[in-house]
Amino acid sequence: MAETTTHVAEPTRRDFLYIATGAAAAIGGATLVWPFVQSLAPDAATVAAGAPVEVDLAPIAEGQIVKVFWRGSLIFIRHRTADEIKAAEDVNVASLRDPQADTARVKEGKPQWLVVYGNCTHLGCVPLGQQGEYKGWFCPCHGSVFDTSGRVRGGPAPTNLPIPPYAFTSDTKVIIGQEATA
Amino acid sequence: MSQHPTTYVPKSALGRWFESRLPIAGLVHSSFVAFPVPRNLTYFWTFGAILSFMLVAQIVTGVFLAMYYTPNANLAFQSVEHIMRDVNYGWLIRYLHANGASMFFIAVYLHIFRNFYYGSYKAPREVLYILGVIIFILMMATAFMGYVLPWGQMSFWGATVITNLFSAIPLVGETIVHYLWGGYSVGNPTLNRFFSLHYLLPFMIAGVVALHVWALHVPGQNNPTGIPIKSGKDAVPFTPYATIKDIFAVVVFLIFFAYWVFYMPNYLGHADNYIPANPAVTPAHIVPEWYFLPFYAILRAIPDKLGGVLAMGAAIVIWVFMPWLDTSKVRSTAYRPLYKQFFWVFVGVCLVLGWLGSRPAEGWYVIASQICTVYYFAHFLIVLPVLGFVERPLPLPNSILESVMGVQKGGAGMPAGANAEPQSKG
Repeated sequence: MAETTTHVAEPTRRDFLYIATGAAAAIGGATLVWPFVQSLAPDAATVAAGAPVEVDLAPIAEGQIVKVFWRGSLIFIRHRTADEIKAAEDVNVASLRDPQADTARVKEGKPQWLVVYGNCTHLGCVPLGQQGEYKGWFCPCHGSVFDTSGRVRGGPAPTNLPIPPYAFTSDTKVIIGQEATA
Repeated sequence: MSQHPTTYVPKSALGRWFESRLPIAGLVHSSFVAFPVPRNLTYFWTFGAILSFMLVAQIVTGVFLAMYYTPNANLAFQSVEHIMRDVNYGWLIRYLHANGASMFFIAVYLHIFRNFYYGSYKAPREVLYILGVIIFILMMATAFMGYVLPWGQMSFWGATVITNLFSAIPLVGETIVHYLWGGYSVGNPTLNRFFSLHYLLPFMIAGVVALHVWALHVPGQNNPTGIPIKSGKDAVPFTPYATIKDIFAVVVFLIFFAYWVFYMPNYLGHADNYIPANPAVTPAHIVPEWYFLPFYAILRAIPDKLGGVLAMGAAIVIWVFMPWLDTSKVRSTAYRPLYKQFFWVFVGVCLVLGWLGSRPAEGWYVIASQICTVYYFAHFLIVLPVLGFVERPLPLPNSILESVMGVQKGGAGMPAGANAEPQSKG
């Protein structure tokens, strides 16, 4: 019987069984990795904790930056002064590393309110407000500079401070974590 | 082990009965008693024993700390203070563990640079060497996660900065970071999994160390001349010679270790880590532990996020290719007059990079980091390959015995040249 495998060049039924068994084991093993990898993802409680948060803007004075948390992430709410708005708007957008007009970073008719994530897009430190060359933010960790629109203007950060989803529910209230539904 | 079959004969009947069923005493005897070690080894060859000791010390102190530590974002900081103030000798065990990490890295860096100096990474020890690089990477991961556990300001922001390195990966970077965190920022799930892995990785290190020692026992140890053992006169048995020397070196190292633990236990840490983690405020000056500083300087030298991360990774991964980048046939730098100078320049550059890593990333520090980073890579990619072709090495001794005792008339066991390696270019 043993000789049949040496003399016959064609695959035998036993070869088929070997390959089928090996393939089943490989696919099964690979499939079993999936739940373990998925278990590392943000869990249901963490996702649920990402419910939108409402922030009252009335107490935020002009020129002030307030820190709030949404989904565990730091958010800056900046009540910009007229000078800061003008500085953010009077920029040649094409010259920016991550070109974006200031008007695209605020809600229409509310240029005084800038809402951005509060972690540097380089390695996640919290930049210091009203500091740096453009008086926007300056990151003390690795020297990234942001302007009064939260756009990167220097240092190693690759992109602007991102804008979280948010919407105004009234003139003095903003809800972070959800876009306007209209 | 495989190269030197055991001559061990158990003395007792019980010993013979056991040995025929599990020949472990014979394995130990051939590996750590009768094993031939070069007679010219210096104290630079005791760091293997020191490192083995430190691994065990870290595991033992760590197991005791884990009995009191709580890996929860709201409780971790308090539980560490509880260990420091309430647990009997908790202060000692924690300071031993925290400073032990630094001692571990001091020893491993000396071990690595000894290997670089004496060309221990060259054939036939490439696999042994690469296993060592793997151990070093595992050590870095373990140390990093351990530093996160006290959940102070440096813990939190160190974890944030290091995990954010992965966000530099195009397209999937953000998802990977969320999977590392188990959330949308460094938080409780992150602390939990880091504790789990911090407990696991030392045992993986122990496994790779076993392979490292096994791979060492196939070709045997390198030595200050870089030439292999050619006759019995070149070697002495591991026990008592290396055993006693290793124990003595461990004791001296422990005195050094104890000095830190008892006289300046917080010198190597950061005061900011005694402030509980605050996700809304980053410490003004964030730096990693001293043993990561050269790599941190390389990261910051590149003014591009992905580029910086890749350069930092490459700074370690490039070690793996050293056996093939170094084209010189001569192992020991003692016989390489030109390379000796480049070696010490390289050591200087690594130290300067470490110092630059501790400085803020501004002004001329950045430029100096960039120059040093370029030199760091040039050492591997230009100096090592080119020197092998242009350097004329000094004549090698015919044997280890000759290097120790001088040339003895008619005393050599073999005629000169009969055992020469092809390392001489003359």
